[in-house]
Amino acid sequence: MIENIDPGLVDWSRAQFALTAIYHWLFVPLTLGLSFIIAFMETIYVKTGKDEWRRLTRFWMTLFGINFAIGVATGIILEFEFGTNWSNYSWFVGDIFGAPLAIEGILAFFLESTFVAVMFFGWNKVNKKFHLLSTWLVAIGANLSALWILVANSWMQNPVGMTFNPETARNEMLNFWEVLFNPVAVDKFLHTISSGFVFASMFVMGISCWFLIKKREEIFAGRSILIAGIFGLASSLFLAFTGDSSARTISKVQPVKFAAFEALSEGKENAPLVAFGVLKESGKKIGSRDLPEFLFKIEIPDLLSVMTEGNKDAYVPGIIDRINGNPGKGIISVAEKTEKGKIAMNYLSDYKKARENKDNEQITNLLNKFKDKDFRDNYFRYFGYAYISSPEDVIPDIYGSFYSFHMMVMLGFLFILIFSLALIFLFNGTIIKQKWFLRIVLYSIPLPLIAGELGWILTEMGRQPWIIQDLMPVSVGVSNIGKASVQTTFWLFTFLFTALLITEISIMIKQIKTGPTH
Amino acid sequence: MVPMITHIFYQDYWWFIISLLGSLLVFLMFVQGGQTFIFSLGKENLQRTMIVNALGRKWEFTFTTLVTFGGAFFASFPLFYSTSFGGAYWVWIAILFSFILQAVSYEFRSKPSNIYGSETFDFFLILNGYMAPFLIGVAVATFFTGSQFSLSTLNHVKWETPWHGLEAVLNIKNLALGFAVLFLVRLNGLLYIINTVDDDSIFLHAHKKVIFNTIPFLVFFLCFVISILISKGFAADDTSGTVSLEKFKYLNNFLEMPLVSIVFLTGVVSILYGILLAVIRKSRKGIWFTGSGTVLTVLSLLLIAGYNGTAFYPSTFDLQNSLTIRNASSSYFTLKAMTIVSFIIPFVLAYICYAWRSINRKKITEEEMNSGEHVY
Repeated sequence: MIENIDPGLVDWSRAQFALTAIYHWLFVPLTLGLSFIIAFMETIYVKTGKDEWRRLTRFWMTLFGINFAIGVATGIILEFEFGTNWSNYSWFVGDIFGAPLAIEGILAFFLESTFVAVMFFGWNKVNKKFHLLSTWLVAIGANLSALWILVANSWMQNPVGMTFNPETARNEMLNFWEVLFNPVAVDKFLHTISSGFVFASMFVMGISCWFLIKKREEIFAGRSILIAGIFGLASSLFLAFTGDSSARTISKVQPVKFAAFEALSEGKENAPLVAFGVLKESGKKIGSRDLPEFLFKIEIPDLLSVMTEGNKDAYVPGIIDRINGNPGKGIISVAEKTEKGKIAMNYLSDYKKARENKDNEQITNLLNKFKDKDFRDNYFRYFGYAYISSPEDVIPDIYGSFYSFHMMVMLGFLFILIFSLALIFLFNGTIIKQKWFLRIVLYSIPLPLIAGELGWILTEMGRQPWIIQDLMPVSVGVSNIGKASVQTTFWLFTFLFTALLITEISIMIKQIKTGPTH
Repeated sequence: MVPMITHIFYQDYWWFIISLLGSLLVFLMFVQGGQTFIFSLGKENLQRTMIVNALGRKWEFTFTTLVTFGGAFFASFPLFYSTSFGGAYWVWIAILFSFILQAVSYEFRSKPSNIYGSETFDFFLILNGYMAPFLIGVAVATFFTGSQFSLSTLNHVKWETPWHGLEAVLNIKNLALGFAVLFLVRLNGLLYIINTVDDDSIFLHAHKKVIFNTIPFLVFFLCFVISILISKGFAADDTSGTVSLEKFKYLNNFLEMPLVSIVFLTGVVSILYGILLAVIRKSRKGIWFTGSGTVLTVLSLLLIAGYNGTAFYPSTFDLQNSLTIRNASSSYFTLKAMTIVSFIIPFVLAYICYAWRSINRKKITEEEMNSGEHVY
């Protein structure tokens, strides 16, 4: 039922989407977090009436503005790339995926865009309280927009609240609340926005530390570190908590991804958690794929069993269990899933033929089949496996998943340490003397951004080969356009985004060096 | 007893919302229209800055409306989203490309160390000002003239020309609407600048340009409207779903939906009145009449493209693959859920109006540009 798709087209379409998403995520975290930091500062200004807080607010607001526009620009491309580059996917999921995007526009984007104009241009045009309200609404609007797109993304990781309609050949929404409160969505939203808060806090702290190193604007810098330090510490602790919850959810809904980022080839009871490790080729294969082993590792006994099942004796399935199946543990093999997926696919073909032949009895029978709970739970849920030619194709890149996950986690703990030290040094009044620490914070500015990008690489590469978990592989979701077209736009966007990024950094550095002027 | 709301009702309701968003987008493209005058109206640097700041405080509205228009189309008529965006690839990419340039240009143009110089960013604004309205006009014209695509049994689109949408600019009717939209948004841009900027020289120059943009707008607009009214249209049978060519389809739609005709005529008269107000009385308030006229005119055109058994995205390759608001829509449940969300739209419009007024209460002046406040 599917035309032959050029694998090169799939790779270039993925590359283009990845490029846009990675660039978008360079700018969005700062918007998410800095909007709140500005709102905190302006609240203090309105409460105390002290001009120094207004000065602080306006300085960080200028940097916010430089970053904001480019985040918006890369965001619009992302939204429309679902259609331009993934049109088959857009139809298959549009009934569910489109709604959060529309709500995002109506509820969040307008809130953000309306009040951002008041925030920038309203200082001498509206009263203080209305201006403060506008600043808070920008922060709320920015974070609300993250909610809806993450709800949509989470549905791709864990499709819930829908049913398949053979007539239209697509998934249709049955329960909006199930889509909104998808456990993956809840974890992802909280984890993602808190990662943005951490980056913005590190950004504000790092730049403030630069002012202290240069012995400029010491009061300004101290106050900025106070706000960013408290916000950053709270956010980084919350980030660790939501990260843990997120990993537990993934172990249930995307078990192969989970086994891949833990590099757990074979399942085991009392499974240890690898805190740090280096992988190497083991020579063991599953199908044509290598299964790595550890060259070196530091592990915490039983912790993986405890974290996933709440019991140290629990069995944590590995990649081999997930591919070959493990009947003793109630895990079915990929081959079996493929058979079930093919049965579901054949029913769909039969339905289309019955439609063509106007065979009403067959149409009714098949429609009932697709509504049958047993069929949905045991056959249609593996629909996407019908496209899988070798069982090992469902294993994502183990090396990429493992390293991106572990580096992200390690960086997360480093952020807790940095924010804690900053507050300790600030409260005991020695921060100006700690030159080594000021430099560390300055050079740490990009680290939360790197951690965030690693998180997205893990999320999206770990989802492979699926564009919608178990229902549609990426190769089926792609638009039927020429590879050359996508290659052209890929390089066009690469050139454009890079040029804009360089400009933003250049403007940002100049503004920082100029310092607060108002 | 309250009658149950049907799927057909929701489909019609969402076509109305999409049409309304589309018409608001065309009005808000006065920002793009205004951008095309940055150099011709702004003879000096300061004047150019005043024009850019007048428009720049509204660019986000246009941008957000475009994003919401896309999101709402995806949600309510996903088959259009997958067919048009996945098929007419190059047209949409070109439109989006110009919007990326616009988004950064306002913020970057006057900032020190912006590497490429403010002229480059002004050039980007002008490029967006011409490209976006023209191409959006061409893309919307294909609602009336059709495109060459086919759909598989799984509703996967195949574009049947290698040009992936660029071929639309070879159709004279599409070109007519593209230019009509371009000159309309330029008119609105001029009238918005007249309304917002407090500078005598800009005021005089802008007034002169109003008439020179009115003539081509009227010529292209009338060419497009007359050509679609007298030509065959794409009729869809609501019961069987069969699509066929019907003589005077769009004229019949106007005649069979008198309310839509009234909206259309009111819109056109309002645009003309706004122009006359500006040209004859030298009024600053023309934008409110041309703006509301733009919304009403575009709204009515989009309504006749989809209502009354009409295929709104016709396939000239295979008529039976054409999209209608019946076969391209989301499910009953999704449209119902989104309808509930849409009740918030009046509240959104209310706070937009309030914030808009707060910022526009004072006109843009030279003093403000030199005050050291946030200036683009």
